[in-house]
Amino acid sequence: MHNFGAYILLFFIGGILFYAAIKRVPVFDCFCKGAKESIAPAFALLPTLLALLFAVHLLSASGFLEKLGEWCAPLLSKIGIPKELLSLCILSPLSGSGSISMYTEVLKAYGPDSFLGRTASVIVASTETTFYAIAVYYGSVDINKTRHTVPCALCADVISFILAGKFVSLFFN
Amino acid sequence: MMNILWISMIFLSILYGIISGNTLKIANSIFPAVKEAVTLTLSLLGMFCFWGGITAVCEAAGLTEKIARVLSPLLNLLFPHLKKEAKAKQAISMNLTANLLGIGNAATPLGLRAMQELKRCNPNGNTASNEMVLFVILNTAALRIIPTTAALLRAEFGASNPMDILLPGLLTSLCSCLGAVLLAKFAERCSHA
Repeated sequence: MHNFGAYILLFFIGGILFYAAIKRVPVFDCFCKGAKESIAPAFALLPTLLALLFAVHLLSASGFLEKLGEWCAPLLSKIGIPKELLSLCILSPLSGSGSISMYTEVLKAYGPDSFLGRTASVIVASTETTFYAIAVYYGSVDINKTRHTVPCALCADVISFILAGKFVSLFFN
Repeated sequence: MMNILWISMIFLSILYGIISGNTLKIANSIFPAVKEAVTLTLSLLGMFCFWGGITAVCEAAGLTEKIARVLSPLLNLLFPHLKKEAKAKQAISMNLTANLLGIGNAATPLGLRAMQELKRCNPNGNTASNEMVLFVILNTAALRIIPTTAALLRAEFGASNPMDILLPGLLTSLCSCLGAVLLAKFAERCSHA
């Protein structure tokens, strides 16, 4: 069970390549051609990432993010999010590496099999770095009027935060 | 929206930093951020090329089409206007597959491919189409079956069964995705009215 993810990945990649080889696709040439075509779009991400990381670093270095956590705390606890997980919730839409380090802190402090550890795991598993995804996806095709994307995406995150604890206590009690 | 968000993040940071006396710390955070952006881009470059290669093989073998056909009923339900856009639907299917399997580093390159296809079907210039909004929201809400990252870290910290959060995780992400789709469809209606 530990290596479940590894099996999926190997099965997926191996399956595709072997299937293609059986279908007489020139796999090596084809792979290289596809890889070559991806160079430009990957580099094109730099400006977006730069802008976003710059702002997120400023935000966390200024201490504003922590303060924001304190301000939001009463509101978030009111909707049933445990206060130990507040900083994880605040950080998770903004920064992938930040939320992973918060998650590691929770696991270290409370253990992976505790209620808090499991809830944090579910939060990490069911959310994405929202702002990063929005910036990168739209940035790549020069869309700047994102309409209802941000509010809807944030609502979905909040739904995950609220339900994570509910489902964990449902399954582990 | 991103313009306002970005400038308010920077403005608030600098203002708050000056008030709380963290000026030096903020100034020192700028260049590590630049460096991180470059390192991140380079690691993404590798991932993009790798998955770009795999995708090309998939397409040549006709697998992309097969996956798209399996997911077609779901896609027609979510994106009714893309019924005739086979290429866009194929790209979306590949991204959804990567998401479902929890292969996060494949989801982004495949997702950007789908965005390009959606851009081709979008007559509104630099305004996001309904399909784009829904697609991006589906990605931010992260519908996935296998919680790879979380299970990996849990195993590292000695969880008795790292995968035991699979079901609550799946239910949570199902509900949040469903909520996101309903909200987006509702917002579409409002913006048309």
